[in-house]
Amino acid sequence: MSRIAATFDRLRAEGRTALIPYITAGDPHPDCTVAMMHALVEAGADLIELGVPFSDPMADGPVIQKATERALAHGTSLAQVLEMVETFRQKDQDTPIVLMGYDNPVEAMGYAPFALRAREAGVDGVLTVDMPPEEAVDGYLEALAAEGLDRIFLVAPTTPESRLQAVEAEGSGFVYYVSLKGVTGADALDVQDVAEHVAVLKRRMNRPVGIGFGIRDGERAYEMARLGDAVIVGSALVREMESMVGAPCEQVTARLKEALAPFRAGVDRADREQSS
Amino acid sequence: MTIDYSQFPDTRGHFGPYGGIFAPETLMAALEELKQQYHTLKRDPQFWAELDADLRDYVGRPSPLYFAERLTEAWGGAKIYLKREDLNHTGAHKVNNTIGQALLARRLGKTRIIAETGAGQHGVASATVAARLGLECVVYMGADDVARQAPNVARMKMLGAEVVPVTSGTRTLKDALNEAMRDWVTHVDDTFYIIGTVAGPHPYPEMVRDFQAVIGREARQQILEKTGRLPDALVACVGGGSNAIGLFYEFLPDEEVALYGVEAAGHGLETGQHAAPLCAGRPGVLHGNRTYLMQDDNGQILGTHSISAGLDYPGVGPEHAWLKDIGRANYVAVTDEEALDACRDLTRLEGILPALESSHALAYAKKLAPELGAERMMIVNLSGRGDKDMKTLAAVEGFEY
Repeated sequence: MSRIAATFDRLRAEGRTALIPYITAGDPHPDCTVAMMHALVEAGADLIELGVPFSDPMADGPVIQKATERALAHGTSLAQVLEMVETFRQKDQDTPIVLMGYDNPVEAMGYAPFALRAREAGVDGVLTVDMPPEEAVDGYLEALAAEGLDRIFLVAPTTPESRLQAVEAEGSGFVYYVSLKGVTGADALDVQDVAEHVAVLKRRMNRPVGIGFGIRDGERAYEMARLGDAVIVGSALVREMESMVGAPCEQVTARLKEALAPFRAGVDRADREQSS
Repeated sequence: MTIDYSQFPDTRGHFGPYGGIFAPETLMAALEELKQQYHTLKRDPQFWAELDADLRDYVGRPSPLYFAERLTEAWGGAKIYLKREDLNHTGAHKVNNTIGQALLARRLGKTRIIAETGAGQHGVASATVAARLGLECVVYMGADDVARQAPNVARMKMLGAEVVPVTSGTRTLKDALNEAMRDWVTHVDDTFYIIGTVAGPHPYPEMVRDFQAVIGREARQQILEKTGRLPDALVACVGGGSNAIGLFYEFLPDEEVALYGVEAAGHGLETGQHAAPLCAGRPGVLHGNRTYLMQDDNGQILGTHSISAGLDYPGVGPEHAWLKDIGRANYVAVTDEEALDACRDLTRLEGILPALESSHALAYAKKLAPELGAERMMIVNLSGRGDKDMKTLAAVEGFEY
């Protein structure tokens, strides 16, 4: 069983919702990324989503765009991101890691060489924003599956039910529900709308549902934890890094833990209410 | 084996290994709807009749095919015919496509259109059709391009469009495309994205090609009427590649007609300061399709340079990538300097001021003419006029503007 499936199984048995923080690898500095990953686990992360910087992040809002530019200014490459995961794994063999990014850096490395190196480094799943199931059949899925990596796909508010079958058939690990029409970090979360869509997903798909995009504070994390199996927090954490450029890694990790705390509290509150 | 070019792209939007739909999930349903609607309309004679009437009465088509006698004499070789897309309403080929997509937007019931633009020609053409159809229009334009294409920015504003300068990334066309995609993801319910070139996710490369193919259909008929035979070569500049595919498409089955797509070599291919993905790039995925890209070893997209804002783009339409691989078209590149020389030649010899984009096609024609010799003839696509480039040209020539 994959580390991702095992984690969701354990959390479900404990009646808990997963908290999945996202950070952009290499931001604010590549030397801090591994320490930041450990800090996230200490602050209550159940899985980690690690962003692979790409020069043209067309699905991301300004916060993650700027983080990407900071990371690329330090030359952060996909190969280096895999090295960061490998270093992280020396101390942490339990926390699943999902790489999130765009296709071109993966394609430049080659799907099969990438999958092999990702598995060896200790990556558990891959989410490629501009790789829908329709295109993934040309080598991408096969390469990831051959190395036992989970293939995570997005489902959006605009996704018709007719597409869910392909997402279920080609994907694995969990389903990432994009909670709004917009880019990452947008301010347009509609709880009722998410509730309706997630209910359909849970009925139609036999897979944990993570909810992300636009979860800006602990209150929204609480609301989303009542609906999904996982809550994904990205821009709200990454924004905290804007003032951390040039700061020592201890300060960066301290700020990151502080930033994640209200989200952990929000998720825990939802779990307590649902268990009682 | 003869290729039936009308069978491309395939049902998944692929030209060989290129093209496709590499889009965020939020857009997949909108792209599917667009594909179905377009394919329905593509078989609807009434739609094409409506479009043809607009192209005739509003755009001013057919555009003339002009024999440039003095230019031919000066360049000493093959006869040069110019396809005068610069004479279209709004001053370039771009309007052929925006008229078509705007009709589609109206059929889909969209009330707002967005567009990206480099040189501003596509932005102007989009703002123009939006004004005519009473649609809201937002144009994304790299902040650097806003500065160097001021006349077109002013025109777009006069037409009632909102021009949004894009300051992320390299502040040019590729970043304008990213920003337009972000807008579309956010406003997908009421917004139609008019892509200006034969790139982007399926069905855009097919749709934009079909709308621009009028250039080649007319040119083929015009050259037969004037000379009684097909040309030996076609020459067109390639940024995203819409004017080139528009000229080439009708001639693809005519294997005896050589096709030349001319990319921007900027300061020279050897300097890395250029915008020539077909000549000096390799395949990858950007902006919804697989194609040749300018990228580094890690798959990051590289900044580009061209004196012409409309060619300053690190990718190219997927059909061109495929035509290159199968050897049906040749892709070459000329430098900023060569383009400027050709621009001067046409202006002084024929009294036609070409856009800096189109000047790249002319510059290659200048090299090709003596190679082909006086018995041969070629059609050069004069894709746009140069009024918008006066600021750049004045700075180069050293006079006040």
